[in-house]
Amino acid sequence: MDRRHAAESGRLLVVDDNKVNRLLLGRGLEQHGHSVEFAENGLQALEMLRKGGFDLVLLDIMMPELDGYQVLEQLTTEPDLRDIPVIMTSANDELDSVVRCIEMGAEDFLVKPPNPVLLKARIGASLEKKRLRDQQRQLIRRFATPEVAEELLANGFELGGKFVDASAMFSDIRGFTSIAESQSPTDTIELLNTYYTLMFDAISGQGGTVNQMVGDGLMAIFGAPVPHTDHPLRAVRAALEMVELVQLFNQGQSAQGKAPIQIGIGIASGRVIAGFTGTQSRATYTCVGDTVNLAARLEAHTKVLGHPILIDENTWQGLGGEIPATEQEAAQLRGKSAAVRVFAVPLPTASPEPQGPR
Amino acid sequence: MAQSPVDISTLRDLVASTDMAFVQELIEAFLEDGREQIAAMRQSLASGDVLVFQRAAHSLKSSSASIGALEFSELAKELEMLAKQANLPAAPEKLEQIASTFPTVEQALQAFQHGS
Repeated sequence: MDRRHAAESGRLLVVDDNKVNRLLLGRGLEQHGHSVEFAENGLQALEMLRKGGFDLVLLDIMMPELDGYQVLEQLTTEPDLRDIPVIMTSANDELDSVVRCIEMGAEDFLVKPPNPVLLKARIGASLEKKRLRDQQRQLIRRFATPEVAEELLANGFELGGKFVDASAMFSDIRGFTSIAESQSPTDTIELLNTYYTLMFDAISGQGGTVNQMVGDGLMAIFGAPVPHTDHPLRAVRAALEMVELVQLFNQGQSAQGKAPIQIGIGIASGRVIAGFTGTQSRATYTCVGDTVNLAARLEAHTKVLGHPILIDENTWQGLGGEIPATEQEAAQLRGKSAAVRVFAVPLPTASPEPQGPR
Repeated sequence: MAQSPVDISTLRDLVASTDMAFVQELIEAFLEDGREQIAAMRQSLASGDVLVFQRAAHSLKSSSASIGALEFSELAKELEMLAKQANLPAAPEKLEQIASTFPTVEQALQAFQHGS
């Protein structure tokens, strides 16, 4: 990374009830190429910050209307504001107050009147940190649903690969190629978009993350990057909901005289290698390993058994009997030397009105 | 008077790192603020509003230190301490002391403005 980014200029808000302090701080910051706006108290500061666009706040502690503590407290409760770095400006005899502010989330402090060299260095460092955080935030937004992104940003996560205990899910549309050939390209893309929207809702509703979409297939992960110890249960609940949503979708399809679709889902649980991969412009949260391969094989195996949801032994154990599953004949799956126990998750006895003989 | 009410080297440093016009503006801001804060302290002392008193003393302490009125800043700091300890009965005497020091600071600042 180019360290010269630290010298980048920013749009700063100086909050101080004393005009002499505002003038001095503003002058020093403008000399370093920043654009500076001023608020005379905490209330005015919050109003200005909510309008957006500020890179950093220099905050006085003792002020009328709303003091520095109250401003800090309010900033942490507002998602749009909590990532703006705050540097406390204080008198040299109120360092105990500064400590309290830093515990409340302030990033740094400066003693008034500020030494120009310190002023430049601290502002530069804070702006650089914010730039990295913004970059990270963008990275997260690119692969995660808004809910997952928010949770990750709030609770933090580690970049770099690691082993995690998770459930991997593969899903695809049966006979999609022949469906695509039987209708117009517009209909096919519309079908895919509706399908993906429904599947994403079901998966993110259970705290899962979709990390791959290829054609009509998708891969999702539960238990990472957002940790959930009950990930097998969440994955199977999502699978049931996905099948149910497809059934609803099919009712709409048949009303329009269009072909229904069928999906197959494979789920396996266990240790996976997880991490962020990609380039500057496109990143994704990826999981690899035996568990992931097994999920893909189980998904393929749904075609053999004619059952829409198949899970492995670990997932079945993770259900703890909360969702029933019936064991199938052990399967000889590609890439596995021994036969693998396979369980089918039956759909809840559907609509009360009988569907007629199949 | 043993010592100048304003530390001239602080002001010279300010002019060197900015310019005279800016320091003039700063001095004007301080003088206006000083009058207001002393009035606010008198008023809050009468009404017993410790918080307003403390804030005014605190504000004066930091702005006067910035323009080099060090002795004045020290008095403001003592007033702030009294307010922090909620010891307002001890404040009137000190307040009158700071109020009578203010004109000497004002004169020294004006002398600097016209003299350099």
